[in-house]
Amino acid sequence: MLEINNLHCKIEGRSILNGVNLKVKKGEIHAIMGPNGSGKSTLANVISGHEDYEVTKGNLYFKSNEINDLSASERAHEGIFMSFQYPVEIPGLTVTNFIKTAINESRKAKGLDEMSSREMLKKIREKSSLLNIDSNFLSRSLNEGFSGGEKKRNEIFQMAMLEPELAVLDETDSGLDIDALKIVANGVMKYSNDDNAVVLITHYQRLLDYIVPDFVHVILDGKVIKSGDKSLAKKIEDKGYDWLKKEKK
Amino acid sequence: MDFKEKLLDSHLAFEQDVDLLHPIHKYRKEALRRFEANGFPGKKDELWKYTSLASITQKDYHLSPTSESNIELKDIKKYYLNDIDSFKLVFIDGVYSPFLSKTTHDGMDICVLSAAISKSKYKKTIKKYFNKIVPDEDSLSSLNTSYTKEGAYILIPKNVEPEDPIQILHFSTGNQKSIWLQPRNLIIADSNSNVQIIERHQSLADHKVVTNSVTEIYAESNSFIDYYKIQNDLLSSSLIDNTFINQEKDSNVSVHTFSFGGNLTRNNLRFYHKGSNISSTLKGLTMLESKQHVDHNTLVNHAKPNCDSHQDYKGIFSDSSVGVFNGRIIVEKEAQKTNAFQQNNNILITDKSKVNTKPQLEIFADDVKCSHGCTVGQLDKQALFYLKTRGIPEREARALLTYGFANNVLESVRIPNLNRKIKKLIASKLGVNLGFDL
Repeated sequence: MLEINNLHCKIEGRSILNGVNLKVKKGEIHAIMGPNGSGKSTLANVISGHEDYEVTKGNLYFKSNEINDLSASERAHEGIFMSFQYPVEIPGLTVTNFIKTAINESRKAKGLDEMSSREMLKKIREKSSLLNIDSNFLSRSLNEGFSGGEKKRNEIFQMAMLEPELAVLDETDSGLDIDALKIVANGVMKYSNDDNAVVLITHYQRLLDYIVPDFVHVILDGKVIKSGDKSLAKKIEDKGYDWLKKEKK
Repeated sequence: MDFKEKLLDSHLAFEQDVDLLHPIHKYRKEALRRFEANGFPGKKDELWKYTSLASITQKDYHLSPTSESNIELKDIKKYYLNDIDSFKLVFIDGVYSPFLSKTTHDGMDICVLSAAISKSKYKKTIKKYFNKIVPDEDSLSSLNTSYTKEGAYILIPKNVEPEDPIQILHFSTGNQKSIWLQPRNLIIADSNSNVQIIERHQSLADHKVVTNSVTEIYAESNSFIDYYKIQNDLLSSSLIDNTFINQEKDSNVSVHTFSFGGNLTRNNLRFYHKGSNISSTLKGLTMLESKQHVDHNTLVNHAKPNCDSHQDYKGIFSDSSVGVFNGRIIVEKEAQKTNAFQQNNNILITDKSKVNTKPQLEIFADDVKCSHGCTVGQLDKQALFYLKTRGIPEREARALLTYGFANNVLESVRIPNLNRKIKKLIASKLGVNLGFDL
């Protein structure tokens, strides 16, 4: 589904990714771990099409098509979703109006009619109850004054509504207490199936107790330096990253 | 002959058409003398520092239409708020159109000023209210006073609440290549009354039109006035709107100004407090493009204790458009416990657009709460990326952010039909068609 070959990228002249390789197939859950500043979030932003990141070398393929030149919204139409580490507050725009627009713009791009209000409402109810989101939350301004937990739940709610084929979740566990973490993890597990894929970007092993990955990759200095199964995450939890840094040398 | 001279010289001809013995004629004569002495305001005038009238006053205009209009309902119907038969006063090239209007003298007066001036039963009211809060030093208002003849006259008696909003609609036809219009409106809301009014100036064809309008609004004790100004005129039209509001105790007046069009627009909006427990709201949304210029010049004069004022102006500027906000708040010594708030936020879409914003607070009381703030910025790039990752394309994403930015001015529009119309106008300005009623 997603194939990244020898990806190099720069922001403001600074190299952040120095040859990333990654293959994600349908039905798989991948975890990407690494210390601060290793390039994890950059990778998420580059997959999503952030214009500030300049790809200097290498390719991104999604469903066998090269997507290097697609804009962020075009990538979303193809089925890529990113959950933000810091979801942006947008005063004056309600969650409901935002999600309606997002869904209908994707449908428009695919040549489909707008979703009827009834169908939309039904879907909103279904997905929000899954994430313990109450209805007055939906008429609030997008992320404005939301707690950390509410913001992250809102991200997963959007994912559930948009039903992407690839979900890249950037530090979805940061700032969550254990109850909120369980709700969010449960939302991700309900979404995950044989036809889609999840890439989890995380600092800690904690989230992986609830969302069990098929593969774990460690990124360091802008490169994937080690891949393995979930036991790799456990090892990092116990020993930190230093042994990997040494191994790399 | 320059245009100022023409205005002075033409007054003799104007006098042929009005009652020279009526008490208000002395106001006209005095006002003309003041305009003669002061002329049009220039850049040296502190209140006109960022807006020059030279481009419009150095031209020639007709002062009244030379031929009758042939405007029909179908030409202007889209500017009506409702299909239902609500009260409205329609003026074509400054001339009242009885066929397109709906007036009343039943339980309230919604009619034309010329009628109120000429009929003896209104003599006392005219004497009490006409030209009582228009400052002498305001030269453009003096010019309007000197040519006072026609406009809206609305008197809502004690305890009366008209069911529907009242519309004041001024159209110009383009029958004259250029025309200078000076409507004069007088609006009185007596004690405990409650009224909603919508005012619009609209050109129906591309021609040079300048409107120098004066509106006097009197809010008696415990009255409630909700006033909306819709400015979405053609690029060839300019508007100088002078609105003066007198508030008695416990009254509540709110004015929303939507400035989306026109060549040059100047809004002089002045609130004068005459009692305690008054609430004044001034909200504005300005969205400009090409070389449009809009200048909001506000004044709230807090003269009595325990009054609130709330100003919130938002501006979005594209191309080489220019916005000016000059908000003056005076808190007099007697006005303790004043709560005055002022906010002006602007977004510059292009490098060539420009905003001059200037808060001006003069506080002479010691126990008051006054705050003001202004910002000039761009659309948030990270927010744009966020929306785009949700499949919302660039243009629609920009529209949503703009709409979000403007929303707190829109949400206080209490007339649902008007709210919808304005959102549609905004969506068409932004060139988008979104899934929800923007």
